[in-house]
Amino acid sequence: MRYLPLNAEDRAEMLARAGVASIDTLFADIPKAKRLDHDLDLPMRKTEMDVERLLSGLAAKNVAAGSVPFFAGAGAYKHHVPASVDHLIQRSEFLTSYTPYQPEIAQGTLQTIFEFQTQVAALTALDVANASMYDGSTATVEAVAMARRITGRSKAILSGGLHPHYAEAVRTVSTMAGEETEVLAPDVFAAEDFCSLIDADTSCVVVQNPDFFGNLRDLSAIAATCKTKGALLVGVFTEVVSLGLIQPPGAMGADIVVGEGQSIGNRLNFGGPYVGLFATKTKYLRQIPGRLCGQTVDASGRRGFVLTLSTREQHIRRDKATSNICTNSGLASLAFSIHMTLLGDAGLRRLATINHAHAVDLADRLTAVPGVQVLNKTFFNEFTLRIAGDAAQAIERMAEMGVLGGVPVSRLLPGRGLDDLILAASTEINTDADREAFADALQGALSC
Amino acid sequence: MSDTHYTTSHEYIRVDGGEGIIGITDYAQAQLGDVVFVDLPPIGKSLSKGTEAATVESVKAAAEVNAPVSGTVVEVNGALADTPALVNEDPSGEGWFVKIKLADTSELATLMDENAYREFLKTVS
Amino acid sequence: MLMRPKESIEVAVPEKQTFTGNRGLDIEEGLIFETGRPENTGVDLDEPAPFAHRLGSLERQEPAGLPGLSEPETMRHYVRLSRMNYAIDAGIYPLGSCTMKHNPRLNEAMARLPGFADIHPLQPQSTVQGALELIAELARWLMVLTGMDAVAMSPRAGAHGEACGMMVIKAAIAAKGEGETRKIVLVPESAHGTNPASAAGAGFEVRPVPARPDGTLDPAAVRERLGPDVAAIMLTNPNTCGLFEKDIVEIASLVHEAGAYFYCDGANFNAIMGKTRPGDLGVDAMHINLHKTFSTPHGGGGPGAGPVVLSSLLAPFAPVPFLRREENGLQLVEHPSEAPGALGRIAAFHGQMGMFVRAFAYMLSHGADGLRQAAEDAVLNANYVRAGLKDLMSEPFGDRTCMHEVLFDEGWLKPTGLTALDFAKAMIDEGFHPMTIYFPLVAHGAMLIEPTESESKASLDLFVATLRDLALAAKRGAMERFAGAPHLAPRSRLDETRAARSPVLKWEKKSKITPLT
Repeated sequence: MRYLPLNAEDRAEMLARAGVASIDTLFADIPKAKRLDHDLDLPMRKTEMDVERLLSGLAAKNVAAGSVPFFAGAGAYKHHVPASVDHLIQRSEFLTSYTPYQPEIAQGTLQTIFEFQTQVAALTALDVANASMYDGSTATVEAVAMARRITGRSKAILSGGLHPHYAEAVRTVSTMAGEETEVLAPDVFAAEDFCSLIDADTSCVVVQNPDFFGNLRDLSAIAATCKTKGALLVGVFTEVVSLGLIQPPGAMGADIVVGEGQSIGNRLNFGGPYVGLFATKTKYLRQIPGRLCGQTVDASGRRGFVLTLSTREQHIRRDKATSNICTNSGLASLAFSIHMTLLGDAGLRRLATINHAHAVDLADRLTAVPGVQVLNKTFFNEFTLRIAGDAAQAIERMAEMGVLGGVPVSRLLPGRGLDDLILAASTEINTDADREAFADALQGALSC
Repeated sequence: MSDTHYTTSHEYIRVDGGEGIIGITDYAQAQLGDVVFVDLPPIGKSLSKGTEAATVESVKAAAEVNAPVSGTVVEVNGALADTPALVNEDPSGEGWFVKIKLADTSELATLMDENAYREFLKTVS
Repeated sequence: MLMRPKESIEVAVPEKQTFTGNRGLDIEEGLIFETGRPENTGVDLDEPAPFAHRLGSLERQEPAGLPGLSEPETMRHYVRLSRMNYAIDAGIYPLGSCTMKHNPRLNEAMARLPGFADIHPLQPQSTVQGALELIAELARWLMVLTGMDAVAMSPRAGAHGEACGMMVIKAAIAAKGEGETRKIVLVPESAHGTNPASAAGAGFEVRPVPARPDGTLDPAAVRERLGPDVAAIMLTNPNTCGLFEKDIVEIASLVHEAGAYFYCDGANFNAIMGKTRPGDLGVDAMHINLHKTFSTPHGGGGPGAGPVVLSSLLAPFAPVPFLRREENGLQLVEHPSEAPGALGRIAAFHGQMGMFVRAFAYMLSHGADGLRQAAEDAVLNANYVRAGLKDLMSEPFGDRTCMHEVLFDEGWLKPTGLTALDFAKAMIDEGFHPMTIYFPLVAHGAMLIEPTESESKASLDLFVATLRDLALAAKRGAMERFAGAPHLAPRSRLDETRAARSPVLKWEKKSKITPLT
């Protein structure tokens, strides 16, 4: 087997050195009746060529986003990732290293985490960021838990503009922990009013911007209300590129900002792995979940980096830890950081502007399709369409025509009377021709 | 220092009148290593004997500082916020944690005096 | 021994720094914030034609101030940084309980096929049937390997899998009407910290269970703690001392008789895959770290994937999404309303597809026979290391064979005045990543070595020879090998106290620390 260096001679010699008669002796603690004396009913080993053939066959059954005009978003976005990013993250020293527990021989990873934390803090306009969470949804779950620890209150209020998967994840985990979650009704027009809902039990209000339906939301008023009533404001984003062009949640008064970083540096990957971003104010530092990298010096006075404030974490605090997270999104956060380093402020703003321009153009083209209405007054690179027909069917028909034309809202919010809504996103990857193809396909789908 | 009392979990309380200053012993600070953070209770909090009065953290450990006897917090050592190293440098002096107003001075009888604590240390190391 | 090093060489640290701070191929590298500028960029993007924006009043007011670097500068920055890292591709990475095995590059290539990497989680299911088939096949392999009935694929990592398992158990208990009474989870003291943290996160109270002097769990100790208030036990098997819990079947029966569930931490599944099945041992739920057992890369801390296999008792409570085979192919059950009574959703989308592809490529490559061989080699390698070191080092649980990892403690170092940490840091100067130290907590000054099946005999011979040399140096008082080590790494020992006392968690213009001395 190509991955196993030992040969029969080695094994025999090593068994002798270990002082055991056979390999089975080493497994003697497994109760005899429970030991397998045969190979399981699974295929035997395969050559590299055979594995390639098999997996390429499965991959070929899927329609890759890059092969068609593509407009799906709803929390996962197709962006162009420079070739250098994927090359660099495959450097052995990044790809095949462990969590940097021995800082003297992990300065590469540690410095990139320090840079990542700085980038995330700057993007969100908050004081500190951690070394990443699994993804935007689990980061939101952690933010809600953190708000409860800080406020000592038990009820989280989730906006009806929060990604439904995020809301469901928060509700599931909170319910299990014995906490209360109030999920507001889907809020297509960003019209909900939180102020009257916040009471003395409210730990936090969770608001997404741009929201699930694409609307831009000014969080300032809700931030002020939260402050008055002693609750925290958790700002969420699913499209991090938006922060290149719109007000970051930290600048609008959010206390904790969490979001999905997939758009920068990472591919769609059918939903994972992604990278959760987590930032907050310095005063809440001790309540942050997950790893933090800090700057220090070595014995010779040279600058270096270490994982720090570890007493918050599970390996020291065990059941009293701020979170159970251990493995995070290391390599995906590195991809994020490298891509962000390539972009810089100027590149990010340009990228965001192109996204917005493409979305504006798409909205204009789709508005011209009979039976189609764009519901948003404001948006970044994604908006909600109301169509004269069933959205899921229209999306299926467009797929048959070779256009992946967005996400039916009913896929995430079934049974809510939202069956005629489509979320459509346009990023820098879409050409004029793509957008025209979308408009044509939608028109075709609606006229079937 | 005859009015200093010790617990088996290495806290001390130095009693003066109806009030007592709580800290951790020199042995405890040495076991913890460099103290990097101390979390102190709010003034006015009432503590019952044996419950958590504060937490103290080194780089790789976190420990609870329990109230040796019951009482109400009347003062905390604000200097520890900026200089947690005081716990290492002067645990029985500048590195104190919390001052409480004792609820029941008879609880002191359950603690060790300095000699007893010194003997106790011989059994733990 | 093939490659025994010559007499140990005492190396002097260069007293004088070079002008640059570099040392030959070891090149110092500043932060991007010191080298880049916000107006620079390494990405060419055409300016869009003028258009009327739809941002309302929410345009960003203050730029983030992020520096940009051109592509060549970016390459150098990260390549230089990468060279300050140890890696499994560069040498043995014997971190106990971490399973740092070889990461095949075929896996990387397969995960990057556009049909897997470039598909959207919410595009029509008719357009992703190949992806769904892969998930279903991977799930089948996991179920066959573990002898379990169902698998929840969405957990993002081991700890997330633990949380998922704990919540599934809680849902099952609630369905039996015992939600208010069963609130305790038993966790052995040797458990990884994520176990108690995950149980607590799911709203359970954690009670420790001590181990026997032989390092394994005593059924009597478990029985004593079981009762109508206990929801589950969380057990790692093989445990973190590298020992198989030989009374596991009895413990499982006791747990079940008491109406509780048996959660197994599958972090060490590498030792037993193809040799026994957790389902046959009485396990009700177990997460599998695809980034340990099935070779997906650790990536400096992630991402991982932690699917949770479930027994038939717990399967109905699995979170969404899961797959159902219907007339028109595989369909995802995505919404909690489609699985009433079940857990709900624990994260967005469908799981770590990128990791699934890698893990499946690994499984296909090995096959049933290769996986079994990998487990055997992993255990053999650990025992070979043990045999090579046990006369010099001390074992907390006596002279006995181990599974995939061997645990020593620092008892043997006591007369020298050195600690496990000193020993570990001296290993760095010899070009090795240290073993896991100070874990598990049940051993005093633990040194936990897991070589994995990826090491050749020659690699192990050199590793053992080096550790023997260091051990002998320690015993004869050659303190210079240890004092202040490492001396030859990109950094010497870092001041962790300073980092924690006044945390500097991001770059700021006015930093107290100058870039280089």
